[in-house]
Amino acid sequence: MARRALPILRQLTARPTPRPNARSVTYMPRPGDGAPRPVTLIPGDGIGPLVTNAVEQVMEAMHAPVYFERYEIHGDMKRVPEEVLESIRKNKVCLKGGLKTPVGGGVNSLNVQLRKELDLYASLVNCFNLPGLPTRHENVDIVVIRENTEGEYSGLEHEVVPGVVESLKVITKFCSERIAKYAFEYAYLNNRKKVTAVHKANIMKLADGLFLESCREVATKYPSIKYNEIIVDNCCMQLVSKPEQFDVMVTPNLYGNLVANTAAGIAGGTGVMPGGNVGADHAVFEQGASAGNVGNEKLTEQKKANPVALLLSSAMMLRHLQFPSFADRLETAVKRVILEGKNRTKDLGGTSSTQEVVDAVLANLD
Amino acid sequence: MGMASQLLRRALGSRSSQIISSANPSSSLSSPATATARAFSSSAADLIRATLFPGDGIGPEIAESVKQVFREAEVPIEWEEHYVGDQIDPRTQSFLTWDSLESVRVNKVGLKGPMATPIGKGHRSLNLTLRKELNLYANVRPCYSLPGYKTRYDDVNLITIRENTEGEYSGLEHQVVRGVVESLKIITRQASLRVAEYAFHYAKMHGRERVSAIHKANIMQKTDGLFLKCCREVAEKYPEIKYEEVVIDNCCMMLVKNPALFDVLVMPNLYGDIISDLCAGLIGGLGLTPSCNIGEGGIALAEAVHGSAPDIAGKNLANPTALLLSSVTMLRHLELHDKAERIQAAILNTIAEGKYRTADLGGKSSTTDFTKAICDHL
Repeated sequence: MARRALPILRQLTARPTPRPNARSVTYMPRPGDGAPRPVTLIPGDGIGPLVTNAVEQVMEAMHAPVYFERYEIHGDMKRVPEEVLESIRKNKVCLKGGLKTPVGGGVNSLNVQLRKELDLYASLVNCFNLPGLPTRHENVDIVVIRENTEGEYSGLEHEVVPGVVESLKVITKFCSERIAKYAFEYAYLNNRKKVTAVHKANIMKLADGLFLESCREVATKYPSIKYNEIIVDNCCMQLVSKPEQFDVMVTPNLYGNLVANTAAGIAGGTGVMPGGNVGADHAVFEQGASAGNVGNEKLTEQKKANPVALLLSSAMMLRHLQFPSFADRLETAVKRVILEGKNRTKDLGGTSSTQEVVDAVLANLD
Repeated sequence: MGMASQLLRRALGSRSSQIISSANPSSSLSSPATATARAFSSSAADLIRATLFPGDGIGPEIAESVKQVFREAEVPIEWEEHYVGDQIDPRTQSFLTWDSLESVRVNKVGLKGPMATPIGKGHRSLNLTLRKELNLYANVRPCYSLPGYKTRYDDVNLITIRENTEGEYSGLEHQVVRGVVESLKIITRQASLRVAEYAFHYAKMHGRERVSAIHKANIMQKTDGLFLKCCREVAEKYPEIKYEEVVIDNCCMMLVKNPALFDVLVMPNLYGDIISDLCAGLIGGLGLTPSCNIGEGGIALAEAVHGSAPDIAGKNLANPTALLLSSVTMLRHLELHDKAERIQAAILNTIAEGKYRTADLGGKSSTTDFTKAICDHL
């Protein structure tokens, strides 16, 4: 989706006036498509309420045909309340801020629980350079597709004898295959050229071996898409030296977490990278890269969190809901704000508050 | 835990006495190589003996470069050279001979070039053999930007310390049923304390201010939780060093946004593998990254972690920087800080000057020219 908007933006940079209309002209909605759709909203912890509020404001200003069903849940809860799960099952779409996972408090991560309960098996993070935002690397346009339900996050751990602890990494053919299929399908639908599988099969011969075997099988069904494999440590080294070589990446759970955050870091930071989790039936949109998605206290207090990542994720959501023109408008407005460079939060080298960025986005809406 | 730390203390503390003892080597241990070396050296009694594995491919060339620089800098080291055998030694189940391993055990210090494990079954990989037999439990990589060699990151100055014996690389895997595979990650209190202890010891010895433990204990609460618990215990004994904990995904992001945020990082095996290579990428790749492995009983085996580059082997094109900088870490381990400082400065100045650089750094110099330039800078 970032790709689609890029040509528009290039034009923008070349000829700043007159501003071309971002609205697509070839879209013919079905009758009734304008009926508002319910979306479950989880403001979450830390900066979550701040950035989800930004999205609410922009959606309202655009008259986007969505309305939110809001649920207050927090990372220190024992589990995700059933009514929240029910709401997402009914609405099929959810927008959420980060949920803080306490370290070592015997509480399971609600983020992980949500993914497992709803079988959101694919996590997608789109990491790309935003025109106008200087970063150390150029030509980054990477989509990380990460298996989200098994692997190192199986939650199976025990103490064998005192002082010796075991954790199980589980890799199944079923889950490896479906994530590989999703990655190739994504590449195909988005006119991407290459899928790279990330692994450590030289050490974990059986587990990561099974993952690779599944990827290879699916790859044969997409002859037009190039397929290659890279060992995870080398992958991270390449990411910080030659990121332009990567296109779509498909990974088991933990590696995807690291790769996505590294890629987000080199492309401009976790504050601007959109993403979401998706399964066969449901989709949860959130800030793409997980690192710092609840921010710190200072950021929350001063109300200076960067809303860009979640705004772009909402554009993703609008497209997912089949509202492409609203998605384009939102995305274009956000990118204009970044390009202008006047209203940026601290992580992008500016001093703006969340609200200032939101106001700028509102002013830039077509 | 008391035991592990005591062991380590003793091992590190005994370093000086061991150097003295190696000045009176028992003749039964000397190999032909050392015998010759001693014959040519008038002051053999003051020399520290160190094992040298030149390795494969470009290994011998870059090892020669180290030897030359050490000679020029008058480093009091005599090398005991060992090559990888051409048949499997049944005692090690590897092409590395028992004698080679014994040499490192006795000398307690060594330097290793790149080794290519021959393809085939019935033997262990060379690196695995070294790690297991010598009980190399920590991999230490100082990572600093080389002045004058421009990368996209020019403010890197950190140390990665990786636990090297357990964790995700336990090698325990099995198929539960068809299509379902399990792989075990093992974290033990003993190994975690050992590496944490070394990390803090290192930080103190090298005047570092902060140790960050890298983990994913929010997901792997018990395994990474145990690792963190051990780090905290050790941290309490070093009140002068700041201790913090960083979740691995956040660590990745922070490293690429601003690597200057970190000082010393201590990590379980897999995270260490990934982060140490990521950091190498920040400063220009494995060809510029020194590395040193710390083993039980105070063994230190410095190594170049890049490949053996068979395509340019013997052509006098290889870049010896990684092995040279690794030899510097070895000297620091031996507390020969003057020599280490001199050699490191010579290497950095040569690269910064930019007149003599090998092809991988965008220059045209040969290995020997580059080495000579370093010697001139001493």
